[in-house]
Amino acid sequence: MIAKRVTFKRTGLPLALLAPQLAVTVVFFLWPTFVALKQSLYSSDAFGLREVFSGLANYRALLLHGNYPATLERSAFFAGSVTAISLVLGLVLAVMADSLGRSGRIWQALLVWPYALAPAVAGVLWAYMFDPAIGPITHALAFIGIDWNHVLNSGQAMTLIVMSAAMKQVAYNFLFYLAALQAIPKSLMEAAALDAAGPVRRLFSLIIPLIAPTTLFLLVVDLTYAFFDTFGLIDSTTYGGPGNSTTIMVYQVYKDGFIDQRFGPAAAQSMMLLLLVGALTMVQFTLVERRIDY
Amino acid sequence: MANIAAPALRRALSNLLLAVAAAVLILPVWFALVASSYNGADFLAGHVGLWFGKHGLATYQAVITGHGIVAMALPNIGRALVTSTIMALLITIGKIAISLPSAFAVTYFRFPLRGFWFALIFVTLLLPIEVRIVPTFQVAANFHMLNSFTGLTLPLIASATATFLFRQTFLSIPEELTEAARLDGASPMRFFIDIIIPMSRTSIAALTVILFIYGWNQYLWPLLVTTKTSWSTIVMVIGRLSQTAAEGDPVWNYTMATALLALVPPVFVVVAMQRLFVRGLTEMEK
Amino acid sequence: MFNRMKILLAGAAMALVATNVQAAPIKIQWWHAMNGVLGTDVDKLAHDFNASQTKYEIDPVFKGTYPQILTGAIAAFRAHQQPAIIQVFEVGTATMMAAKGAVYPVYQLMKDTGQAFDPKSYLQAVTSYYSDANGNMLSMPFNSSTPVTYINKTLFKKAGLDPSKTPTTWPEVEADAKKLRAAGVACGFTTAWPSWVLVENFNAIHNLPLGTMDNGFGGLGTRLDFNNPLELRMWTDLAKWEKTKIYDYGGRADTAYAKFASGQCGIMMESSASRASVLASKIDFGMGPLPYWPDVKGAPLNSIIGGATLWVLKGVPKEQYKGVAAFFAYLSQPKVQAWWHQNTGYLPITTAAYDLSKSEGYYAKNPGADVAIKQMTRGTPTANSRGLRFGSFVQIRDIIEGNLEQVVAGKKTPKQGLDDAVTQGNALLAQFQSANQ
Repeated sequence: MIAKRVTFKRTGLPLALLAPQLAVTVVFFLWPTFVALKQSLYSSDAFGLREVFSGLANYRALLLHGNYPATLERSAFFAGSVTAISLVLGLVLAVMADSLGRSGRIWQALLVWPYALAPAVAGVLWAYMFDPAIGPITHALAFIGIDWNHVLNSGQAMTLIVMSAAMKQVAYNFLFYLAALQAIPKSLMEAAALDAAGPVRRLFSLIIPLIAPTTLFLLVVDLTYAFFDTFGLIDSTTYGGPGNSTTIMVYQVYKDGFIDQRFGPAAAQSMMLLLLVGALTMVQFTLVERRIDY
Repeated sequence: MANIAAPALRRALSNLLLAVAAAVLILPVWFALVASSYNGADFLAGHVGLWFGKHGLATYQAVITGHGIVAMALPNIGRALVTSTIMALLITIGKIAISLPSAFAVTYFRFPLRGFWFALIFVTLLLPIEVRIVPTFQVAANFHMLNSFTGLTLPLIASATATFLFRQTFLSIPEELTEAARLDGASPMRFFIDIIIPMSRTSIAALTVILFIYGWNQYLWPLLVTTKTSWSTIVMVIGRLSQTAAEGDPVWNYTMATALLALVPPVFVVVAMQRLFVRGLTEMEK
Repeated sequence: MFNRMKILLAGAAMALVATNVQAAPIKIQWWHAMNGVLGTDVDKLAHDFNASQTKYEIDPVFKGTYPQILTGAIAAFRAHQQPAIIQVFEVGTATMMAAKGAVYPVYQLMKDTGQAFDPKSYLQAVTSYYSDANGNMLSMPFNSSTPVTYINKTLFKKAGLDPSKTPTTWPEVEADAKKLRAAGVACGFTTAWPSWVLVENFNAIHNLPLGTMDNGFGGLGTRLDFNNPLELRMWTDLAKWEKTKIYDYGGRADTAYAKFASGQCGIMMESSASRASVLASKIDFGMGPLPYWPDVKGAPLNSIIGGATLWVLKGVPKEQYKGVAAFFAYLSQPKVQAWWHQNTGYLPITTAAYDLSKSEGYYAKNPGADVAIKQMTRGTPTANSRGLRFGSFVQIRDIIEGNLEQVVAGKKTPKQGLDDAVTQGNALLAQFQSANQ
């Protein structure tokens, strides 16, 4: 863990400065997580009136039976697609806006605003456009011979949630990439231009390596967003269907825990999410710490 | 010859592609705007297309005054907007207020168990509330925080994202400044207030944007922690309207109008602060 | 503008302290899921009750969808913050019944509070779904409905069909739907609430079980067994019909409604409570009972209900319970019930309210409004048509509909889909059994 070389040596003051954050963390994070961990080891009725210790039964049921392995695979596909689309589009748009110099500024506002979109609201907007009965895009697609019906077509359902989820992240990634590109010293770019390297070669041999730290950072942020923050979006578009084809991990937790009050299995899934998010956090941390080193 | 024409062509191409991307992104909003200009029956009759209808004024009047959708027992939209604004601001201010000092503590001090406290805080990084929502609700209820801004905001403040980002900023502040401050005999708090906070201005601005959006967009937690209609946030109202629409009542016009109204404050924050935001991000990135 | 902000803020602050002030009438919280126009009807019920006496004040709170209410109530119960009354959908019945320490059975509540209460006055077809093995009413029926068939008369005329005749058997549905398609209508028929219509009620009216042990009334050891030959025939036909849009799957819950209301489908099987919405859509429509297979002996039997009931939770301050009992008695009054029934399209829960509506000429003036009651009360109910009591049934519905979707989309054979639905559902039932025993 990195700290300043020059530091103050006190005990009371830093603890006092830390205290508010520690208090909320313990009360609203650590304690509830501990309760969830305990719940995952119990079998209980909905109201928590009878709780029987069941060891790892919830985990075993989760991993060995039912459709959880398929859910994991699906979540990875969804998160991977959202991340890939957001990164590529975000970068391409940022490179273009940056290459226009000052006049590229006007695009910034027009491309950045979707970052403000709540996933639940984005879901509502897309659900309306693609509504199988009354959606304007559905009508337009029918006109060119495409039968859009995401309540039956699982491929279309997945496409719908990937698109609506990526919208927000494209904006976010665009912004970060733009910031990273503007931080590249102009002299470097001019040198490359004098080198007569074409724009495409310049992108791959100079820009992408230089902004790799940003990419890694965004990779983790995008994955986290796709894995965790997309609950409201799915809950306002496909409800996890058709079949289970758009039920990703966080939606499965919601279905088991909230719709069906099976708190034991839901808690076990929460712990799986915890492991996943822990891994992502570790990756990010390692990256960031390493970046500071050089 | 080609070499002279190429940059102009490239510029045109870049502008074109950016325009297409901007158009695609704005498309959902366009359709929402169009949808909000019709009345309910038009949706089922298939009248709603790509261009505006005649009921736009009526829709927004109904949504803003509450007349017309009073019939739907909806919470007052103005009030929901105020609730959302206060909630988002409290989360923003609260998070910045607790994370600035804690980031200062872990970056600038050596003290017993520093690594342990550090780990304790950062274990919350990125972990969404969905994962621990039921136990968290129990805690909030036990502290009598249901239907209060404390309940709406405190549990959401308990994450380390802001602390993490402030730490990044602090790490990039030159060591010489600390040395100079120590030579001057400045106390740590003086140093914090006179040097660190002013130097983190842009980071604070960037985080204000991130946290305001984060707070404004909350859905699941407010739904649980409020048990009175009067405490509805605007995102909750949209959820309720879209549920009504999905159940066959064609209130898409009201849903879309409300969704658009709900977009105004966060989009304003993002667009108005984008330059500061980008500068703040660049600083944290270093 | 600024002043209004101030008022709003002051209002918010007042809401903060209001809980600490002991107001004169005893406040009773009621969490419900009625949105749209129904939300106002709920508010009116509460308002009228509050105006009818001074001791109690019912405070209706919209808490989102049915699952959100149930989860919210459970979380609140675990934190000792529960409301007195919650509205729970019919598929949550098993969950509520298993929670013996959390639920205050209605018959017990009425007895303990000394409220006059005659269980016989309620429609048996409605209350049997919510009674224990001894016939004791556990929750208060509130909004009940049953699926029926709607037709679009304009489209029927266009297809050269008799608009006064709704199809009553599946062969008739197929024939009518084919003619509709031939006349250029986008889809023949669609179904809202696929599991409720095509599996739960389908088996009930054909006197077939959905699961063992009297559809779960007999105990937690119940398992699903609806992968019977008749259901297989139905799913096979549905998959076949989807290809030519004789049938068009319209999604889960109520989403298929839009296909009918927008004039895309000529026939729809949908909750009887949707009559008001169809009426508002200005479609010239007719109503009839659900179709059945005429070659099945004993069919059609009574259909089963859906909707929700009011459950009373234990552990709220004692003085509230008398108020809850008084409110339930108020809801059961013929006049109140008849108003609720006629205004919302939900079934009346008492015989008196049904009779009152009849004598007021309601059904004569509103053709189709009594289709549901007649369908609910026809024949002698059997163990197969009394109702359902399966744990985790919300998710089992999801599983059934998920598999039906795959069958209709041609991703699974009908047999595979049905068998998978049963197997996957039974895994949940086994978990529910072990968690609640």
